[in-house]
Amino acid sequence: MATDAIDTESAFTSILARCHALSLRQQIAGDDAHKAIGYFPVYFPEEIVHAAGLLPYALLGGGNRVEVRYADARIGSFVCSICRTTTELGLNHSLGEMAGFFAQPICDAAKHMAGIWGRNFPQQDPQILALPQNVSSPAAARYVYDEYQRLRTILAEKVGRAITDDEIRASLGVYNENRRLQRALYAIKRDDPSRLSTVEAYLLIRAGTRIRREEHNVMLREALDLLARRRVRPMDKPRVIFVGGFCEQPPLEMIETIEDVCFIVDDDLLIGQRWITEDIPEQGDPVWALAESYIQRSASSPVQYDVRKPKEETLMTMLREARAEAAIISAAKFCEPGLDDQLALSRRLDREHIPHLVLEFEEKMTSFEQMAMQVETFAETLLFE
Amino acid sequence: MATLATPAATLAPDARAAGQRLVNEWLRNVQTAPERGQPVAYVFVMGNAIEILRVFGFELVFPEINSLQTGVRKAAPDFLARAEDFGFSPDVCSYVKADVGLMLNDMQHPSGARIPRPDIAIASSLCNVYIKWAEIWERHFGASTFVLDIPGKRFASWRPIPGSPQYDADKRWVQGQLEDLIAQCERITGRKFDPDKLAEVEANVNEMIRLWVEILKLNQGRPAPYNSMLDGLTYIGVLNAWRGTPEGVAYMRLLRDEVAAKVARGEGRVKDERYRLIFSGTPCYVNMRRMVELFELHGGVFAASDYLTYAAGGLDSSGLFYDPARPLESLAEVTTLASQLGLSNHFFSHHTLAQQVKEYNADGIVYHGIKSCRTVATSMADNREYVTSRYGLPTLYIESDLIDPRYWSDAQIKNRVDAFFEVLEQRRLLKGEA
Ligand code: SF4
Ligand code: SF4
Repeated sequence: MATDAIDTESAFTSILARCHALSLRQQIAGDDAHKAIGYFPVYFPEEIVHAAGLLPYALLGGGNRVEVRYADARIGSFVCSICRTTTELGLNHSLGEMAGFFAQPICDAAKHMAGIWGRNFPQQDPQILALPQNVSSPAAARYVYDEYQRLRTILAEKVGRAITDDEIRASLGVYNENRRLQRALYAIKRDDPSRLSTVEAYLLIRAGTRIRREEHNVMLREALDLLARRRVRPMDKPRVIFVGGFCEQPPLEMIETIEDVCFIVDDDLLIGQRWITEDIPEQGDPVWALAESYIQRSASSPVQYDVRKPKEETLMTMLREARAEAAIISAAKFCEPGLDDQLALSRRLDREHIPHLVLEFEEKMTSFEQMAMQVETFAETLLFE
Repeated sequence: MATLATPAATLAPDARAAGQRLVNEWLRNVQTAPERGQPVAYVFVMGNAIEILRVFGFELVFPEINSLQTGVRKAAPDFLARAEDFGFSPDVCSYVKADVGLMLNDMQHPSGARIPRPDIAIASSLCNVYIKWAEIWERHFGASTFVLDIPGKRFASWRPIPGSPQYDADKRWVQGQLEDLIAQCERITGRKFDPDKLAEVEANVNEMIRLWVEILKLNQGRPAPYNSMLDGLTYIGVLNAWRGTPEGVAYMRLLRDEVAAKVARGEGRVKDERYRLIFSGTPCYVNMRRMVELFELHGGVFAASDYLTYAAGGLDSSGLFYDPARPLESLAEVTTLASQLGLSNHFFSHHTLAQQVKEYNADGIVYHGIKSCRTVATSMADNREYVTSRYGLPTLYIESDLIDPRYWSDAQIKNRVDAFFEVLEQRRLLKGEA
């Protein structure tokens, strides 16, 4: 490899190493601890938090690196792992004293997170940001707007000053750029998957939940620049999409296991980070623009009902646009919305004769041998079809 | 559209017989709806806008009741197995699976009734599983689904104050959706919305709720005239199925009179009432009699249960009644309040439970966790920990399922119940109250 190629690769590797370290970190860094507004998945209007000068902090569970010592006594054994490990990170003080905590009505377990937090950490002012389920109603945008204004007032009280429209507009600009950069990553993953793996894209995006968005923009720009120059050896693997990573995150090792034998050319991992699919207008009332974008320029997931986006059609569009030949339909263990959709999606794929593999995961999994065998067999059948 | 003979116009002299007659009547009406050309709505017990559906003459099917009845009639294992064989995970809500089993059984219910397909299904956001469940109907029946998003309380001490901007925002949202629903019902039935009819239905609901609140209060006295987790379950069955109707009002009146008479006679549900308990959670329909028996053997009665609030629409908790002079606005107001004060309480019920202990002069709280109902059970253990440490209340946690007998372990549950009563007994001795 020529020297510049080596330099490119090593620069890219060092960015990824930083992202990896950030994704493993369970504590909120130094001064940020008291500025963090923790939010439970899926989506959160981070721009308002950013405009207040606070740190939006996506709570993504403890993965397979946290030992659950306290949470088991507080949460039913039949509840998904992200609820359990997030509670553990609260109870074992890893998250420290966040300035706020928000859950959303994505599912019934998540609503309980606000109750658990309220009983155990009342000083963090925990509550529910009641994003709606019936988003296609003509009244929905106004309601989301009102709920966002409520959030704005709460945050203004925390920082002791009003949050101005101009500040929110500036934040929209930062986040619009961030989402453009994320879309660019996904385009590479789709069009030239040998150049950027899903694990890499995932780590790059996940890092954004742990550092300031401006800093993340710099990081992504640099990564994209390096990727453009990255020397790659095109590989031939089946192109698949992966769904089921909208809330609880599958372990990195699981994505690696799949990628050993397939290209994941599109996915819903950390979909909340990419929830808004186009630029949010930066003119006019910025809170209205945010609210309206939530309704009109948004992705979809099993935890939001939207009559305009039937899940099977969304999946078929995803397959088509990603030019994928197969799908991996996964769900987190005990995740009712994920499990319900898993069945609906696999039935549709059966009907369309599209090969697919159904997998259940838990963020805390540590053994992947069996899954590797399943995935390998699946990939082989794809190669021989 | 053919008209029905007025059902149960003169009610039987006792509430039990009247209730039974009304339930049978309701099931008959549901079954014969298609041949009578009457539209059918599938609704849930929390957040269902029944008042609007009544205006349009929908017959109401409660899939939760269909599912619980598979448990009561010991037919659940077969229905659950069918759904699991079809591909549903064992971890999915067992009500959903029983209903899928029913669909796979061509809607032939173990009660003998054949449940008609829906013309509309209403799923509120008060349990997110409702929405996923309705999505299954969308696919199976091609039914149109209406998702009614009702914002619940945002934190434990959330107090919606009518007239405040926050409350207005939530109410405006609910009202906007109710208007969408009305338009959808007009399309389905070809009828025009009649606000006077809505006012009439609301007046009936008001009266039913007034009586229901009285009935709940009557159990605050000692001895408790009824067991909220046995008798109470039949009361709310009728209350749901006949909400907003003159028959419902007549039933509630009869029931109130009967319960009041029992109180006057000093007659308790349990012969020698020794302990009064609050039940939190959903019933174990497959073994409810046995469960209640385990407590009654020790002289324990469930004087109150949060289930009687949320499984009956939560209206008793709002303290507000409909204003039939402004029927639609008032429906939006009360729906919002009922949701915020009653129906979204599972997530933050610690203070309310402690309050109920006081109001009902109770000795402790029994939490019943349901493995597949995350709406009610996710954080019960944490809730219990809080109530025990903060209020020093004796509590018991037991776990089974609504209808899946695989999760009922008689010996284990009995041991826990017996041990709980020992604790209660000791506390009493220590207080010198034996
Ligand atoms: S993983 Fe599923 S069940 Fe768990 S919080 Fe997320 S959406 Fe809810
Ligand atoms: S999750 Fe619980 S509340 Fe929801 S439908 Fe199932 S049993 Fe009912």
